Amino acid sequence: MDISQFKPAIVYTIYIASTPEKVWQALTTAEFSRKYFSGFAVEAELKVGGAFVARAPDGSVHIGGEVIECDPPKKLTITWNVNWPALVEKLGVTLVTYEIEQAGDAVKLTLIQAHDRPIDDDILSGGRQGWPAILSSLKSLLETGEALTIKMEPPQRMLAALKKMGIATP
Amino acid sequence: MSKPEFVYVTYIETTPEKLWEALTKSEFSERYWWGTKILSTWKVGSPFALEWRGTVTDTGVIVEADPPRRLSYTWSNASEEFRNERPSRVTFVLEPYGKLVKLTLTHEDFEQDSKMLQGISKGWPAIMSSLKSMLESGQALDVPLAALKIEGVE
Repeated sequence: MDISQFKPAIVYTIYIASTPEKVWQALTTAEFSRKYFSGFAVEAELKVGGAFVARAPDGSVHIGGEVIECDPPKKLTITWNVNWPALVEKLGVTLVTYEIEQAGDAVKLTLIQAHDRPIDDDILSGGRQGWPAILSSLKSLLETGEALTIKMEPPQRMLAALKKMGIATP
Repeated sequence: MSKPEFVYVTYIETTPEKLWEALTKSEFSERYWWGTKILSTWKVGSPFALEWRGTVTDTGVIVEADPPRRLSYTWSNASEEFRNERPSRVTFVLEPYGKLVKLTLTHEDFEQDSKMLQGISKGWPAIMSSLKSMLESGQALDVPLAALKIEGVE
């Protein structure tokens, strides 16, 4: 897949008292993701072209994608498509990159959500709301052993914008 | 063109009162902000200053102070590189969120193509991450300033 046309729409950086290996493990395994990511189980086949899935607690696929770049424990790029009918057809593919760097005794984790076309702010509000919650919780889990309990619903403005575009949401 | 501003949200397992203290007292800021002292009486209209290694690096005025919910101050950097830029504005909003606090930082009122905006966009994530660590684990982060790769800062 050619990703040269994708431009960052959301960038979020967080520093974590951990190692690059542990951050990588937390991002790519269900054992960790279930704790910090609303109970979702991440299943990643860690090679280019491998499958990437985030499964809801009921076993259904919530996010489906493919591994585009895989350089453990430094960089992982995946396609990240929420499993709502017509979403990819109308919005194109969503690309997510995690960059992991040592920063002194800590780790700098940068999340980049990119798209190959301009995306409305109302639709991006989902990622702008979700990523800080997910990554704040991941940081707490790695530093204190306890993830955060952050209950949230998708933003109304995002749901309204998706509906207007003919994208069905649950 | 999008508005020249930086917004950062984080969730912290603490109370709004403890977070407010951490945002307004040097005994805390020195731990999570590379030894920076944060100086003000925190009354609307009173001066605000950051002091690092005995030198005042940034100054401003308190615009809003509603403990433990909202804090806002203007911000001018004293260094040669940035002092020609107009003052920007920092606002912290603290919202209880279940057992957590949702902290939203907005740093805005920059000129288009502001160099200051590039610098603070790299600085705030490290400062806010360290603040969260300090409040949750008791241990602030040890991230060297150089690791932020801010132009002109080593």
